[in-house]
Amino acid sequence: MGAVDLSQFHKTFFEESLEGLDAMEAALLALDSGSTDHELVHTIFRAAHSIKGGAATFGFADVAAFTHVAESLLEEVRSERRAVDTGLTDLLLRSVDCLRAMLDRTAKHQPAADATSEALRAELTELVEGKIAAAPAAAKATAAPVAGWDIRFVAMPHLLQTGNEPLRLFRELQQLGTLEVVRAFVSDAAPADFAALDPSQCYMGWELRLHGAVARGDLDAVFEWLDGDCELAIEPLAASPAEQAAPAAAPVSSAPSAVVPAAAPAREAAAAGGGGGEGGSIRVGIDKVDALIDMMGELVITQSMLNNIGENFDLSQLERLREGLAQLERNTRELQESVMRIRMLPIGSVFNRFPRLVRDLERKLGKQVRLELQGEQTELDKTVLEKIGDPLVHLVRNAIDHGLEMPAQRRAAGKPEAGTLTLDAHHEGGNIVVRISDDGAGLNHERILAKGIERGLVKPGHQLSDDEVAELIFQPGFSTAAQATDLSGRGVGMDVVRRNVRDLGGSVSVKSVAGKGSTFTIALPLTLAIIDGLVTEVGEERYIVPLISIVESLRLPADAVRKIAGGGEVFQFRGEYLPVIRLHRAFGCANAIAEVERGIVVVVEDEGQRVGLLVDELVGQQQAVIKSLEKHYERVQGVSGATIVSDGSVALIVDVGGVARLGRRSKAA
Amino acid sequence: MYEDKADTAPTVQQLTFSLAGEEYGVEILSVREIRGWSRVTRIPQAPDYLLGVLNLRGAVVPVMDLRLRFGLERESYGDSTVMIVVAVAERLFGIVVDAVSDVVDVDPASIRPVPDMGAIVDTRYLKGLATHAERMVMLLDVEKLMRPEDVETLNTVLPGVRDVEVAA
Repeated sequence: MGAVDLSQFHKTFFEESLEGLDAMEAALLALDSGSTDHELVHTIFRAAHSIKGGAATFGFADVAAFTHVAESLLEEVRSERRAVDTGLTDLLLRSVDCLRAMLDRTAKHQPAADATSEALRAELTELVEGKIAAAPAAAKATAAPVAGWDIRFVAMPHLLQTGNEPLRLFRELQQLGTLEVVRAFVSDAAPADFAALDPSQCYMGWELRLHGAVARGDLDAVFEWLDGDCELAIEPLAASPAEQAAPAAAPVSSAPSAVVPAAAPAREAAAAGGGGGEGGSIRVGIDKVDALIDMMGELVITQSMLNNIGENFDLSQLERLREGLAQLERNTRELQESVMRIRMLPIGSVFNRFPRLVRDLERKLGKQVRLELQGEQTELDKTVLEKIGDPLVHLVRNAIDHGLEMPAQRRAAGKPEAGTLTLDAHHEGGNIVVRISDDGAGLNHERILAKGIERGLVKPGHQLSDDEVAELIFQPGFSTAAQATDLSGRGVGMDVVRRNVRDLGGSVSVKSVAGKGSTFTIALPLTLAIIDGLVTEVGEERYIVPLISIVESLRLPADAVRKIAGGGEVFQFRGEYLPVIRLHRAFGCANAIAEVERGIVVVVEDEGQRVGLLVDELVGQQQAVIKSLEKHYERVQGVSGATIVSDGSVALIVDVGGVARLGRRSKAA
Repeated sequence: MYEDKADTAPTVQQLTFSLAGEEYGVEILSVREIRGWSRVTRIPQAPDYLLGVLNLRGAVVPVMDLRLRFGLERESYGDSTVMIVVAVAERLFGIVVDAVSDVVDVDPASIRPVPDMGAIVDTRYLKGLATHAERMVMLLDVEKLMRPEDVETLNTVLPGVRDVEVAA
């Protein structure tokens, strides 16, 4: 396992984490505004879990530790052991802000933890542990999270001009609890020279202490209209004298860096920005954009040169015209390639994260793992690539944590001590298939079934097939891990994996053999992938067969094709009998060649199954940029997508597996 | 969606076109472009009114013949045949009509419901009837043109196909 520079993925992690925090914030705000949608809690939890996982992978221990506590709290909410109230959402929102700051500091190579984060972490820990200690008193505990608040309020000079009046604020605060003015002082904004003092300006600041179980939200409501008109720092008051250390930390956090403007505007901005959901943007390096602009420039030069020739053309310039056209062709091809390169990236960029992850897991769990990566050059649409990372991390973690056994167990089972974990990506039947296989113990069916019964997913005494049992692990909240670790967490992995993959229009399945290991298969649509295709002619239509699935093309004599019972046709190919699918019949093309000896049989393979496709003629090879039919129409069976051919018309790309199924069905019918 | 616009705008602009001697209207806000007939690529297993797909600046867009959709006789396609590209919930599709006529303002209050014609005429795809310059204009419900039965048939054929979001 060579040293992989993980820092190249830091940027992605930060970006993804910030997106996750945005999602968390949006969901928290929705919860705060009274929504009871359970999915929101899941969203928050998943986001926290992903950040934790990512932070642990990259060795950002402080961030991981902080998120772990927050996640534990969220787990209680998710399992409905803790009610959601303003105090809680507020605490979590502050955690989100704190995590943002921590990530920011991490990105700047500064220590992530600071006094604020430590205090907040202590608060979270206290809430989680306090809950365990005194479960029945939970409702009361969350309703009265603090004994009071320390408020540092410094008016901006223009405060009075905005119609705000400190006295009114104090009165409102008094209605919330007992207000004590610790200190009133002159703010830094006051001019040193008394003559310069403007009596219409306010140069005052106050340190206040509010006693009583006041929710942070109520406090924020009081200061809501003072956005930008004051400097505000609100710190919770320590509950007991024994924890007097916390207020000691407060002066530190009221230093200018920690003086926060009123929290309300930040929230509003987040709420406004959070409505968009998943943005459709991709991240492109500026160098690639520059390259595009360069090429665009060349294209413009070529175009003006051709224009020049065209203006007063005579035959003597024929050679120059040819040159110009050749140059145009080259420019266009280069431009096309660069545009494609923006979207397509080899999956290796995702796979490269894993050696480090596997090494850390080995060390942590005392297991030995041999990681094999295959098909790293398989190109994937960048959007797909970005979103497939998290599911893969989950699957790899799970495979090592749950799948592979300890060396001693492996030896006892007659297997090599080091388990093998294989990540493999390849094209298959109009899809990109990523397989994660281990040679571990396989899924523990008894335990999964028992857990399924315990969770009420399966009725006791109900018989389930192996596949149905395997399906259970994809249920939300399902986990057989007895202990919550920061490795595989709490079984969120599988339902997150399935959800993420489905969002990409793909599917995930698992095959497991007890004692031999399990294989998770993720099938992803090609969306914008480019394939090499063979253009075939059927009647008056053209269909593109992916080159990768073609075994051979051959012309068969008339008597080579035999009818078998039920009307199907087969022919012998390298010692085995393969079904013939007449593409014109499957697709209903008019005026196609019906006689086998006049057409061409293209032998294709999908998932190990071979079939022969009868077409009229082979036209040639072409690189096809796959366009989705679903975008504006619907999925069509036997067709994996469409592409634009050289004359500007649309040609359909044959989905080999789908056509084979189509052939089987029409035979059955 | 339609309701909102009706509330805020006093009139709704409709692009009118003729089909088998009758006048139809389609809300202009859903029209993306009008273009001449060009060859399309046939789609296997598609209903007969779905002529195929077309390359619209890189997007693969389905095209339907409105005559066939309404169960009328098919016209041969020529230079005068016109295709209206409409967008429904970010999905594009083309409808082939006989000719495009005009853009007219229709007062939403003047739109009358389509009377129940029994089995003679398929009125599912009409939003209502409007009168413009003493002529009747049948207002097309483009959202319903591509669905719902397309999706239903496809789903029975392909149980695995995801539900497609129907415009709200």
